[in-house]
Amino acid sequence: MDVTVAITGMNARPDNPGPGVAVARCLKDSDKFTGRIVGLGYDALDPGLYLNEYCDAAYLLPYPSAGDEAFITSLREIHEQEHIDVIIPCLDAELPGMVRLTPLFDELGIKYLLPTPEQLRLRNKDRLVELAEHAGIHCPEIKATTDAGFFYRCQHEGWKYPLVVKGLFYGAHIVDNADQAAEAFRDIAAQWGYPVLVQRLVEGEEYNLTAVCDGKGEMLGEVMMKKMAVTDKGKAWSGVSIFDQKLRDASAALIKSINWRGPLEVEVMRDTHGDYQLIEINPRFPAWIYLSEGVDRNLPLILLQTIFGKQVEDLPDPRPGVLFIRYAAERIVPQSEFEAVIMHGGQRLT
Amino acid sequence: MQDESGSVLPSSQSLHRLAISESGFIFDPTSGHHFTVNETGLDILRHLQTAHSPAELVALLQREYSASEKEIERDVLEFAAMLRKFIGD
Repeated sequence: MDVTVAITGMNARPDNPGPGVAVARCLKDSDKFTGRIVGLGYDALDPGLYLNEYCDAAYLLPYPSAGDEAFITSLREIHEQEHIDVIIPCLDAELPGMVRLTPLFDELGIKYLLPTPEQLRLRNKDRLVELAEHAGIHCPEIKATTDAGFFYRCQHEGWKYPLVVKGLFYGAHIVDNADQAAEAFRDIAAQWGYPVLVQRLVEGEEYNLTAVCDGKGEMLGEVMMKKMAVTDKGKAWSGVSIFDQKLRDASAALIKSINWRGPLEVEVMRDTHGDYQLIEINPRFPAWIYLSEGVDRNLPLILLQTIFGKQVEDLPDPRPGVLFIRYAAERIVPQSEFEAVIMHGGQRLT
Repeated sequence: MQDESGSVLPSSQSLHRLAISESGFIFDPTSGHHFTVNETGLDILRHLQTAHSPAELVALLQREYSASEKEIERDVLEFAAMLRKFIGD
């Protein structure tokens, strides 16, 4: 496929990596992809902006908080330079804006596979219980709160510690008492705003599934993984591919219930009874997406094939037992490249 | 010892899904769990995949190991309990 693909989320930080670099790597590793990758980041220190083995060009975008106008101006300028054919947003926080701006993508001739605003709302963390119920899956109770005082009286309302305090988009802290909870509440509210979410803690092991969904209720090329090691922020540092029909069926039911369109990640805990409990649905590829290439189910490529209406070839059976182990490495960046990002907001890398 | 429908041995479905390597590395493709067994454990696991009952398993092992029926039965029970824990049966 000889197309130019813009990919966001180039913040491949060791402890909490954005998925963009891994998505680009999947495409670059495929012999079916002969196009160009334009990496889009939000910070001059996003590593992906300097990785010319994965990105042919890299640019900075204004943060979503700068508003749609700033984003539109920036994207138009980048598009003039790079003639983007497809955009793959990879960060939770930018998804609502990206979905809102699909008329702009249409106007510019940029293709995408994104959920509708309603689909996006349905998988919001504060509506997860409702969605899970509809799909027949267990889900720990979630409550939205704007008041730190809740954590000092919650035990009288049946909420027992430890609990999970979460942001609407990012951040999750396991807290053992009211003081810890109030601190986590303030931390998350300062970073991600209100409401802050409280979720009952499920003891068990974490499993994730990622797939591309066609918007008609079908999921394509699902890949499942068990986390084997996590960073301080709970992000997978190592994982192993698995295949569990029960997890597949539960995820398929979720996707069917909202006709999800685009990539997604389903996060579940397998509790001590062996039942899956839905923890989150992320509206984008996960940072561990390169495992999909590792098991011969290159999901970013499947996404492009779906976007261009190409027949997705018969995929090999899932290959359980394939590991990924993430590692941190230093990229040496000449001053001229750093300068180009700082002064001009980006550069051609190849 | 209970029969296969009891709770002594892992279910035949769980046992058959295990990927068993000659080295003694065992991987459960459904749960992603892995563990290692020694040569005797490997032998028991292989027999577990074909034996229809605990009694049949003990009989099979008795032909290979010079130990009393009671000793073999005790080892099998212990091993099966560990196995059930590992594969989450």
